[in-house]
Amino acid sequence: MGGYSISDLWSIVVMQGFSGLSLFSVLLLMALGLAIIFGQMGVINMAHGEFMTIGAYTIYLFSKVTEQYFPALMPYYFVIAIFAAFGIAFAAGYLVEYLLIRHLYKRPLDTLLATWGLSLIMQQIFRTVFGAREVSATLPDWLMGSWKPTPDIDIPLNGLFVMGISVVVTAAVILFLYRSTWGLRVRATTQNRVMAGSVGINTKKIDRVTFAVGCGIAGIAGATFTTIASTGPTSGSLYIVDTFLVVVFGGAGSVVGTVSSAFSIAQAQSILTFFLTNAMGKVVTLLTIIIILMLRPEGLFTSKVRK
Amino acid sequence: MSYEFALTVEDLTVSFDGFKAVDGLNLYVEKNELRVIIGPNGAGKTTVLDLICGKTRATGGSIQFNGIELTKFPEYKIVQAGVGRKFQTPSIYENLSVLENLEISFPRGRSVFGSLMFKRTQDVTDRILEIAETIFLSEQLNVQAGLLSHGQKQWLEIGMLLIQDPELLMLDEPVAGMSVSEREKTAELLNKISQGRSLIVIEHDMEFVKRIAHKVTVLHQGKVLAEGNMDAVQNNPKVIEVYLGH
Amino acid sequence: MNAFYSNWLGGKKGAIELAILAAFIFIVMPLWLDIFRLNLVGKYLTYAFAAVGLVMVWGYGGILSLGQGVFFGLGGYCMAMYLKLEASDPVSTAHQTTPGIPDFMDWNQVTQLPLFWEPFHSLIFTLAAVIMVPLVLAYVISTAMFKRRVGGVYFSIITQAIAAILTILVVGQQGMTGGINGITDLKTLHGWNINTESAKYILYYVNGALLLGVIMLCRFILSSKFGRLLLAMRDKEDRVRFSGYDVANFKIFTFSMGAMISAIGGAMFILQVGFMSPSLIGIVPSIEMVIFAAIGGRVSLVGAVYGTLLVNYGKSAFSESFPSLWLLFMGALFIGVVMFFPNGLAGLYDVYLKGRVESLAGKFKKKNPPAILTPAKTELQNEL
Repeated sequence: MGGYSISDLWSIVVMQGFSGLSLFSVLLLMALGLAIIFGQMGVINMAHGEFMTIGAYTIYLFSKVTEQYFPALMPYYFVIAIFAAFGIAFAAGYLVEYLLIRHLYKRPLDTLLATWGLSLIMQQIFRTVFGAREVSATLPDWLMGSWKPTPDIDIPLNGLFVMGISVVVTAAVILFLYRSTWGLRVRATTQNRVMAGSVGINTKKIDRVTFAVGCGIAGIAGATFTTIASTGPTSGSLYIVDTFLVVVFGGAGSVVGTVSSAFSIAQAQSILTFFLTNAMGKVVTLLTIIIILMLRPEGLFTSKVRK
Repeated sequence: MSYEFALTVEDLTVSFDGFKAVDGLNLYVEKNELRVIIGPNGAGKTTVLDLICGKTRATGGSIQFNGIELTKFPEYKIVQAGVGRKFQTPSIYENLSVLENLEISFPRGRSVFGSLMFKRTQDVTDRILEIAETIFLSEQLNVQAGLLSHGQKQWLEIGMLLIQDPELLMLDEPVAGMSVSEREKTAELLNKISQGRSLIVIEHDMEFVKRIAHKVTVLHQGKVLAEGNMDAVQNNPKVIEVYLGH
Repeated sequence: MNAFYSNWLGGKKGAIELAILAAFIFIVMPLWLDIFRLNLVGKYLTYAFAAVGLVMVWGYGGILSLGQGVFFGLGGYCMAMYLKLEASDPVSTAHQTTPGIPDFMDWNQVTQLPLFWEPFHSLIFTLAAVIMVPLVLAYVISTAMFKRRVGGVYFSIITQAIAAILTILVVGQQGMTGGINGITDLKTLHGWNINTESAKYILYYVNGALLLGVIMLCRFILSSKFGRLLLAMRDKEDRVRFSGYDVANFKIFTFSMGAMISAIGGAMFILQVGFMSPSLIGIVPSIEMVIFAAIGGRVSLVGAVYGTLLVNYGKSAFSESFPSLWLLFMGALFIGVVMFFPNGLAGLYDVYLKGRVESLAGKFKKKNPPAILTPAKTELQNEL
């Protein structure tokens, strides 16, 4: 690292740190959805990335329609579109659970294969509808530009906005899982399905809605994704491996674990990328996670229980 | 020092997230002894067996078997040292035949290459037939194990342990789900196989316990509440309190 | 001889299956197809190695590896490095800035052969490396995971991450690996031109023979006590552990063997196709190999070969006429095989054809010897 002065290094760390925060937000939102689906329900959803893509294309569609027909609403569309991204991904997830997932609850490895097949089909549908080329949503003006606390440091506003969204969603997920009656039922169902059923919980409905909520959150991840990159048919699938690692690394089922693991993975990758090449930064990060997982396979935040 | 005992458990403790399922337990089992462990639900009976056979790792304390410390051993080494364990629900290979179930349990060819080169020689066949006879399954050798009755599955699992000729055999509720006549036969079986080895049996059925036990240990909240012969234990006021108190 | 018949060939039923497969590979295909198409079949048959490995690892071992392409690729890259060095002799590379090194290195301003390429001048070393490199990697990964009881889904995800890492690494280190373009323009194996028609025929037959050899080896393993232990572990892993077996060792052996088999396929791929590229080692090809095995029927060694041929035939037919439908077809295949035909082709055979075939074969049947002397007939042998 020769050649950098202390203050240079500091600026680099802060700026890379903030660009890491954008990655962190997307990873976190993806991982929160997956933590619910995989951590709570034990379903391996390889099509999770495609639900994110659904969210991203939703934003794109909203931006195009608003630009075309209601240009005056441009500053506001994004907020509405986020809710739509959640809603559409939620609906898609609901349907997928009904048609596919519910038949496979007892066969986790088969779910993996079936949802991989689903992801291929969804990618092809995206390609047919939106074309193979990447598209970008027109972002409202207030998301452009940056904030300069010092002359050397340049923090993009969209990064801050995305951060805000992920904080809100994380809080909502914690409330949903640990404070609401619904969350109680979800946890009861995942811990003892038969018992939950016999005390009058409609476990089928719980499964369906839980899966759909997880997909909906992936949709929000897609919405935030549009602020940092353009969207293509395979955008989501690029995140699937990272997302799974985040969830496993954090210890499946622990929200705190998911947040801290998304944070450390995104930051490590972002900062390493600056000093190494893009590819090597990613390789070193992934390799480190795998080695840590080999040493501590249960993830970072899990406790000893009688099996 | 404690060589006269087959099994010496001292100050054994395990805690799950702060909850002590087994708490400073001491247990001494002699050679050729048939010990029964009883106690209310959640007393830690199954956990004690889990700890001895290595399924669960102790937080503290020691387990010595013929003078060998078992707490740091992996499960397969504990088995190879001579400790056999039957699980609460019959744990057999449902897709294999009775014969193959016994054959897999035969203590030879336990390494990867050993298993590749394993041959069913005459002594293996003889031993399988002998054990099948003991566990009343001579007629069912070629039956797929999944098709056996619940009681027969329990016997098969006992047979799979017997074929390894363990010095200590631990049985978790061996007569659960058995008919009256099957219970009779099982009591007879346990008395027979306790010759030349130690047995630890967890059981709820007091009539059955009375028939087989040499000595009874009562567990309560992870600790030994009482120990002695069946009569003494049954008349122990603390035991009565625990069983009838709630 | 009798032991060979029952253990390696899989008894009468197994021997017939093998004979049909051998006739199909060695006689039907070469007579029916021109050398171009036959070479294509040869290429698909190299994927069949990976699928056969997966039958052992996934079908019998219950370990879903999503990194089978990694081992296929490592075997392939080792072979490709040898061929590339042979193709890059100083005379034919005289026009380069640095003659005597592979062309892609020269394009990437590499002026000296990287150290890890040096031993690949030797054919013996290369052949050993084709087996050993994937084997050692598989051993290390599986030991680390299985000794700590990581299994199931976690193992699948980690193998997938390893596939991702290797792809990024190979693509990123263009100067040392050929990057995204891979290693191309391979010509000779120890001076023998692999691009001639006769070489292509020979390699096709060698490949087929190796594949049958591997299937027989797997049959031997499955018919031994090891095979019954794998079934037992899939059913009640704890019981096996508490019968005195170190379960991890059996899984490590199975996984490493699957990796080695896959690597042989990778090496044969290079010889028949003449190039290596990172697109063969990543997440997507790895998971496609799973579908080859699944279509064949998970627990059918022979079925895996047919599954591989069928899916790849479908792939080339589709991508020639309706390229955009291929992904839909593949996706539907994944979902369909899981939801409706979990036992794949072998399962369909059992349901629709087995009865007829057996009644045809019935007249040749001899009486069974007394039960205790025959290896007990259970699921294992029906599955083989």
